[in-house]
Amino acid sequence: MAKLTISELQKLREKLAQERQTREGNARGQIIIHMGTCGIAAGARKVLTALLEAMDKQNVRDVIVSTSGCAGMCSKEPMATVQLPQQAPVKYISLNEEKIVRILNEHLLQGNVVKEFALAVGSERMG
Amino acid sequence: MAIKEVSEEKVREIARRWGGREGFLVEMLQDVQTEYRYIPEAAIRTLSKEVGVPVGQIYHLATFFKRFSLKPRGEHVVSVCTGTACHVKGAPRVLDACARELGIGVGETTRDGKFTLEEVRCLGCCGLAAVVTVNDDIHGHVTTSKVPRLLKRYKGTEKASHGEADDQ
Amino acid sequence: MPYRLHMMVCAGTGCVSNRSLELRDALSAELARRGLDKEIEIVTTGCNGFCGVGPILLVQPDGIFYQKVQVKDVPLLVEEHLVKGRPVKSLMFTPPEAKEPVPRMRDIPFFGKQMLVALRNRGMIDPEKIEDYIARGGYQALAKALTTMTPKQIIEEIKASGLRGRGGGGFPTGIKWETCVHAHSEDGVRYLVCNADEGDPGAFMDRSIIEGDPHSVIEGMVIGAYAIGAHQGYIYVRHEYPLALKRFMIALDQAREYGLLGKDILGTGFDFDIEVHRGAGAFVCGESTALMASIEGRVGEPRAKYIHTVEVGLYNKPTVLNNVETFANVPVIIERGAKWFASIGTEHSKGTKVFSLAGRVKNTGLVEVPMGLSLRELIFDIGGGIADNGKFKAVQTGGPSGGFLPEDLLDLPVDYEKLYEAGSMMGSGGVVVMDHTSCMVDVARFFVDFLQSESCGKCTPCREGIKAMHGILSRICDGKGSEADLATLEELCSVVADTSLCALGGSAPNPVLTSLRYFRSEYEAHLQGKCPAGVCRALITFRINDKCTGCHLCFKACPTSAVLGEPKQMHSIIQGKCIKCGACYDVCKFEAVTKE
Repeated sequence: MAKLTISELQKLREKLAQERQTREGNARGQIIIHMGTCGIAAGARKVLTALLEAMDKQNVRDVIVSTSGCAGMCSKEPMATVQLPQQAPVKYISLNEEKIVRILNEHLLQGNVVKEFALAVGSERMG
Repeated sequence: MAIKEVSEEKVREIARRWGGREGFLVEMLQDVQTEYRYIPEAAIRTLSKEVGVPVGQIYHLATFFKRFSLKPRGEHVVSVCTGTACHVKGAPRVLDACARELGIGVGETTRDGKFTLEEVRCLGCCGLAAVVTVNDDIHGHVTTSKVPRLLKRYKGTEKASHGEADDQ
Repeated sequence: MPYRLHMMVCAGTGCVSNRSLELRDALSAELARRGLDKEIEIVTTGCNGFCGVGPILLVQPDGIFYQKVQVKDVPLLVEEHLVKGRPVKSLMFTPPEAKEPVPRMRDIPFFGKQMLVALRNRGMIDPEKIEDYIARGGYQALAKALTTMTPKQIIEEIKASGLRGRGGGGFPTGIKWETCVHAHSEDGVRYLVCNADEGDPGAFMDRSIIEGDPHSVIEGMVIGAYAIGAHQGYIYVRHEYPLALKRFMIALDQAREYGLLGKDILGTGFDFDIEVHRGAGAFVCGESTALMASIEGRVGEPRAKYIHTVEVGLYNKPTVLNNVETFANVPVIIERGAKWFASIGTEHSKGTKVFSLAGRVKNTGLVEVPMGLSLRELIFDIGGGIADNGKFKAVQTGGPSGGFLPEDLLDLPVDYEKLYEAGSMMGSGGVVVMDHTSCMVDVARFFVDFLQSESCGKCTPCREGIKAMHGILSRICDGKGSEADLATLEELCSVVADTSLCALGGSAPNPVLTSLRYFRSEYEAHLQGKCPAGVCRALITFRINDKCTGCHLCFKACPTSAVLGEPKQMHSIIQGKCIKCGACYDVCKFEAVTKE
């Protein structure tokens, strides 16, 4: 590592901070990939990897990617739920590697629900 | 474990490691203590020559600081923390239990040279009080009844692995 | 690929002793085995402060807080939380009084009530990676100071912030720096020293800061050095803190490599470097003149301070000495401004203070709160109250130089002046809570015993006076004290306080005086041959009552065979053989062993 100058320190900071953004817990939105047994069997793992790779390629650092258990509709797996702040969560069904990338670009990054893959807006009520 | 013979060369090397600077005398003594488990007289004389300060000044340092010992210490140093938090959580009784278990008093070394028992003033792990360290292993939440088993691990010849059976 | 999850494993000394490093290795092996290691990052962090429930694990960005995580929990944790996204309830923390575990860190009262300034990067960075520090804005304050501020402006900013020494004295930091700049130095040499010889038993904030965020201290030191025009700095660290020492050395190397320390810092032409000295176990070396003598290779004995060390200090040069927490505050003040800092706290005590909560309190650990919070909030809201359903008796602040405060002072706002007025002091921030099981005379003797063995012996009042105080207190603990002893004790206290050379002796009477002031009845009980807390051995007797089930545990635990009895029959204690070690009392599950 060469010694830093003031401007290099600023640049380095921006780069490092971006890489670690999810660690801070602040993000533009969250996507949950449902990874129950049936979800994994239907290819949820590949969907997750494709999503992470796309995010890497496009340098998206402010989306939280979580996994969760079975969403309860085994016939429609792989499934994902997208949650943007102050908006109702959206469930997507029968996903594959291409579809998840479109969801990333259109819904998470631009805020437009991808209606063709969406099952419904909203989630089950809790309790 | 046999006491290491003092090598003048080794002590000179320690002095050189710190540039022979008077300001680093305490550091040199730290290294001597680590090397021999005590501060041998011969080492004090060698350091005095290497650094160019009187023997008395080094002797003064070696007797002033708690970490240094003029007598060889045991292979395992059992230190019972007697800081405030440990005190109110029963450190004096833990110290007594260690003394009974080892058959020695505070500051003493067992005849076989295996254990030295010491008090230490706060290791800063007050959240884990009462705390006992054996060499570099920290044992937290120690009570009198846990002492025998804790020490037993170090009594064998094999190096006790850290924290085998600390029940929390 | 960016990591989607970060597992922040606490690797402060407390958690390491609870085997957090083995936990980290097990986690890392499990992630690799399941092919998750490319998407989930394991970060080894510094102390999170909640040492009592270690090992601690925080999962980000979810903010899920796990406690007491064992190696055997790893497969379940990975399967449930990391794969299926179902946080594991059984590993979460349940606050005292609560019925359900609390999943998120920020919702746990212990954390939620805190305000992090000095500990701003706590648990969020790997202290061994400078990149983590830089990512969170580290060294930005240094860049700002070096390029946009003059040394004078920095000193003005620190003065305006109201920052006071966090090591105990509470001296205004900006004024100290300014005095140093104005002090005469023939060759212009000035030194900057960081005091990390945290000797107060019961205090561990400095250890925690260095272990968890060493660069914050380095950055503060470089800014300070620029402000006073020093090119050589020193840090004096206790040898009892090996982990802190190791991490600080790593941080120094990294800072040098990045050009943030050494020659021509950040290309601005400013030179400054830091040399590390290890203490060797002497409490008195936390005193400024003793510490400086020790760095020079001499015995750590204080000198009289008619001339302050800011004028004639290390190697007889003007020297600024501040403690770890003080330096850790400096970059934040430079970055966010004096006004912001001064808006926190009380009239004369600005900003936050880190406290170590220990003793008989439920949540032990390290907390940072705004100045002025009450002792009650600190002990009961954050600390969760008294452990094992005990009853609060006293809180000790300020270490051996501080004092005991009773229950009716619990609403005292914690700042430098208020604590001083009550007979105690802020000290470095150790807060040790005592309940009905602590004997105030015994604890007063404990501190005096500590100070007696730590007195360097240079001046007579401290060396002989404290010894005499110890003799009297021991006599009282043995039940051989008299009314006259109390009067002598008070007189000794005032002589030692007034005539000792340094603060060690000067403040030594505080524990005795405050215990006499607020807990005199306990002294009087000892004069009557009773120790109300059942601590002083000469005054207590162990007996076995008819709740005894004959479980035989005490029989086995007794080291002197003083317990008599066959299994399943009532046991008894032979008083002549009993050494009052309390082993029987500790093991009894039926409250059959009594202490009176």
